[in-house]
Amino acid sequence: MTRLTRILRTTAFKLLLLYTAVFSGLSGFLLIYISRNTTDLMSSQIVQTVDAEIAGLSDEYLRGGVRGLVSSIERRARRPDASLYLLVDFAGNSIVGNISRLPTIVLDEADGDVRRMKYDRLESGGEVQREALVRIFELRGGFRLLVGRDLGEQLRFSAILSGALRFWLTAVVVMAGATWLFVSRRVMKRIDGIAATSQTIMHGDLSRRLPVAGNGDEFDRLATNLNDMLERIELLMQGMKNVTDNIAHDLKTPLTRMRTRVETALRASSGNTAIEYCEALEATIEDSDNLIRIFDALLRIARVEAMSPEAGMEPFDLKAVIEEMADLYGPLVEDEGGRLTFEVEGPAEVIGSRDLIAQVIVNLIENALKYGRPEEGAPVISIRAALKNERIVLSVRDNGPGIAGDDVERVTGRFVRLDASRSAPGYGLGLSLVQAIARLHGGTLRLQDAAPGLGVDIDLLPSGQKAVETG
Amino acid sequence: MARECSSKVCPPFWLELVEASDGGFGNGSAVGVSLSFGIHFPYKEVMLRILIIEDDVEASAYLAKGLKELGHVADQAGDGEVGLEMALASAYDVLIVDRMLPKRDGLSVIEELRKAENQTAVLILSALGQVDDRVTGLKAGGDDYLPKPYAFTELLARVEALARRPKVGGDIETSYQIGDLSLDRLAHSCRRGETDIPLQPREFRLLEYLMQHAGQVVTRTMLLENVWEYHFDPQTNVIDVHISRLRGKIDKDFDKPLLHTIRGAGYSIRDTTD
Repeated sequence: MTRLTRILRTTAFKLLLLYTAVFSGLSGFLLIYISRNTTDLMSSQIVQTVDAEIAGLSDEYLRGGVRGLVSSIERRARRPDASLYLLVDFAGNSIVGNISRLPTIVLDEADGDVRRMKYDRLESGGEVQREALVRIFELRGGFRLLVGRDLGEQLRFSAILSGALRFWLTAVVVMAGATWLFVSRRVMKRIDGIAATSQTIMHGDLSRRLPVAGNGDEFDRLATNLNDMLERIELLMQGMKNVTDNIAHDLKTPLTRMRTRVETALRASSGNTAIEYCEALEATIEDSDNLIRIFDALLRIARVEAMSPEAGMEPFDLKAVIEEMADLYGPLVEDEGGRLTFEVEGPAEVIGSRDLIAQVIVNLIENALKYGRPEEGAPVISIRAALKNERIVLSVRDNGPGIAGDDVERVTGRFVRLDASRSAPGYGLGLSLVQAIARLHGGTLRLQDAAPGLGVDIDLLPSGQKAVETG
Repeated sequence: MARECSSKVCPPFWLELVEASDGGFGNGSAVGVSLSFGIHFPYKEVMLRILIIEDDVEASAYLAKGLKELGHVADQAGDGEVGLEMALASAYDVLIVDRMLPKRDGLSVIEELRKAENQTAVLILSALGQVDDRVTGLKAGGDDYLPKPYAFTELLARVEALARRPKVGGDIETSYQIGDLSLDRLAHSCRRGETDIPLQPREFRLLEYLMQHAGQVVTRTMLLENVWEYHFDPQTNVIDVHISRLRGKIDKDFDKPLLHTIRGAGYSIRDTTD
């Protein structure tokens, strides 16, 4: 696209074109309207003057006959104004008047109507062709009298008006052009700046931001919004990159191990017994089971995130679920040398998916077992449910090292494993799932330092009125 | 899945298989690279007639081959219409029905079957695997539900459990007996030989379920679903802990273990001298 076509296609240009057309149309209309009305007014005044003159002259004629009329016309014709007089006899010979020549046919139609005509007038410099409005009467004795008024004044006025109109239109067009040049240069500069930056961003440099001039105009607002969007996109991209890196890492390790194992089993084919083959195969299956488990966990998070909040949500007794989970996990915690306690205050009927909430409790207990062990002493995990601000808060606490403030934000991300727990088994998906489930239930997941240990709180909606009454 | 099985307590079943097959894996014997992942399920003599309704030809063939190797009869149907016809035409022990099928979807196949008063046990396979999918599947008349991808052992355990479930309307046994271990459901008591064994309610439920499926393999997921009635995915060996506690009560002080760990699959309660 050339620069010209680009300019021609800008909105500024189109708007300018439109406004110029509308504006000049309107002002043209106004001027024409004024001139039309003024001319009409002037014409009617002329007609009135002519009529008055005719009335006067008729009186002269009645009183003094032709002689009186002639002297009166002579007198009047000498006055230096726009009035025209001509008296001719029956043969058309001029008797008296200030018109030197006029088309002869004009005098033939002596019907007394107002009419427009061209004539030659005697002036100091000689004969001049002029235009006039005239009335012609036939008098007794074949005399014909023409009384009229010169239109020079009116024509000059029209000329002034049309001159003004032309000047006006030229001025409008010139001003419009100038404005457009100014606007388009300024706007184009800003837009070209934005376009250039977005080109760079599109080519992969997500860290670039659009220029903000700082004067708070609409381009600044747009640029600020776009910059915020870019910020979010960059964050998401970063997150996705991390997830991809982690998936790649977490999947590559077992895949490589699997491959090596199979290769080793194959290479030592002669010396292998069936049992060794089977062991290699079983280990391979276990590795692939692990891979499937990672994918399952990712899929489950994606599904929970995609679920509509209504699907599969029913009121259920959170207390029973906590009891059953404590019953299920109690022996495991005891075997690990720890203690699992639970406490439910008041009714704990909540709305949600029983299995998903059970999964939340399980993930939190398993996390506490894996990462929440104190350096010395027995791990103590406590589950609690209590009504608070019309929400039922489910919390799981441990007495382990807790999570440092900086990491609290990070730890719910997919595949995020804090350095301290890298060596422990797991994929870093547990809390992501817990967060997704909490969100599905319209609640939030809060991690806090329980001094000592980590506290995880989740808000759940109590079901029906029962819970609200007690609250 | 953690393996708490030591080869002394329960020799891996593929060992039996290898010994029986009298040869290595390299000579193309019937054992080959076993589709049952080296796991030989006990009570092989119970032959089941199974219909697989699944449009994925490869998955279906793989499943059928695996089941046939274990001595079952496995027929295949590629779409819902054919599947429904076959299921109505002959008596099967278990139907394995994929949810998404051409011509007629899995759920509607099951609904039609139930309308026709056909009570054949149905295991639903689904790639969807959401919580409410399970519910809709079971509401439509399915008896069990397994999300894809599944382990063959898990599927096999569930198929065998379905095939041997008590018939609808039939009498439910009030007591179970395995070797010298007995469980009385009415008296809520458990005895081994002359010894009374006190059991916690949950342990009782666990043993009851295992004994209901005596001789079969019961997977950890099946236990979680049927004894605790939860459908979620534990990352730890939480079921194993309960099993080992139960084992401590019913097996520890006796000569012969009855509760066996099946490597890579789950658990099985049985009397090996049968």
